[in-house]
Amino acid sequence: MALGLLVLAAVLLLALTLWRRRSPGVLRPIDAYERLNRSVGLAVENGTRLHISLGRGNLFTARGGSAFAGLAMLRRLSERTSVSDRPPIVTSGDAPLTILSQDTLQSGYRAAGAEDQYRFSTGRLTGLSPFSYAAGTMPIMHDENVSTNVFIGDFGAEAGLLTEESDRGNSNVIAASDNLSAQAIFYASSQDPLIGEELFAAGAYVGAGASHEASLNVQDILRWLIILAILIGAGLTIMGAPI
Amino acid sequence: MRVLTAAFAIAAGVIVLLGYFFQVEQLELLRLRLIDWAIIIAAMAVLVGIYNLAAVQLEKIRARQKGSIYGVVLLLSLGITFVFGLLLGPNNPFVNLAVNAVIVPVEASLMAILAVTLIYASIRLFRRRVDVMTILFLLSAVLFLLAIMPTPFGALPGNWIITQFGGMLSRGGARGLLLGISLGTLLTGLRILFGIDRPYGGN
Repeated sequence: MALGLLVLAAVLLLALTLWRRRSPGVLRPIDAYERLNRSVGLAVENGTRLHISLGRGNLFTARGGSAFAGLAMLRRLSERTSVSDRPPIVTSGDAPLTILSQDTLQSGYRAAGAEDQYRFSTGRLTGLSPFSYAAGTMPIMHDENVSTNVFIGDFGAEAGLLTEESDRGNSNVIAASDNLSAQAIFYASSQDPLIGEELFAAGAYVGAGASHEASLNVQDILRWLIILAILIGAGLTIMGAPI
Repeated sequence: MRVLTAAFAIAAGVIVLLGYFFQVEQLELLRLRLIDWAIIIAAMAVLVGIYNLAAVQLEKIRARQKGSIYGVVLLLSLGITFVFGLLLGPNNPFVNLAVNAVIVPVEASLMAILAVTLIYASIRLFRRRVDVMTILFLLSAVLFLLAIMPTPFGALPGNWIITQFGGMLSRGGARGLLLGISLGTLLTGLRILFGIDRPYGGN
């Protein structure tokens, strides 16, 4: 069953990526991503900084999925903001994730033809436990002239401290997490909350390519299949059929 | 070089994935060996991460940036605990004291601040956006808190209605969100497995 789902998803992803390369899709507007795109432009223009926090998703667990989604978005954002006077700062609470974030930042600079401007200190490990990560990230939001904070990845309750600090600095918050507690906190403390799988749409909305748009299409198809399976299962249970 | 790193990463990913689905002894051994290597590399990555943390703080101190005194405290504490940890071992009472008497109370204090912060954020939510979803969100939060809070008189009357009926709705919602997140994680993994997204090797 799981293998079948995996193969189906893989085939659909490849087929739809090829199709999306030829005819790009139209994405429904999501307020948070529209604000993110505006904020990126503004940050470059007015010399402020973008702070991207990738959370502390361990890459050896399923939590790493949200971190990889954050990295895909980071790749595109670093390319767009690398020519700014104040380059973006990336923080994370997991050491392998920090190394990947530095690599991704460098790739973005290289793609923009500004690799010599890349500094490894723009990708930072701020702490290895939830609250030390928050405590290490908060001064960066406060002291580094940050105009927009993007929180995308695996966070826990410490997300409350981060959004509070952002609110104090009057900076924009774009936040999404795979963790339900963090989602509730982000819902309460950000202007345009991103719910559930909207986190994984980040790449498509910052223009990361056809494969990201195709991923959204595959997610939609699989979601409908799951809904259908749930309805059929519920119907069969009501009728007393063995499942 | 970039092609080589991508080939290694994709091959490792495919082998580990196949090892989960097919019970072939050689494949299983290879999968476990690759996971062992990954764990060792991740442990080394922690040292690289700590070096990064120290280097950023040193840069801050050298440039006499605002708050660099905290950097000095951090580097001193890091140095002392690292040296004592190496010399005495992680189970030494003195090294344990550094955790139990410093790190645990500091994190507990932050947790206490967080409780106040969240109440404040909930109040501000009404200022930020007033719609049906906001009212439902806050109403369910307050009702659940009332239902589960300890009181001197025992459980509040009717709390089981909230936990059962409200719990049923919130559990359904949570499962819906988790299904969406699982699908997103699956597709993100596939993109990396196919080498479409490469957050490694500078591509």
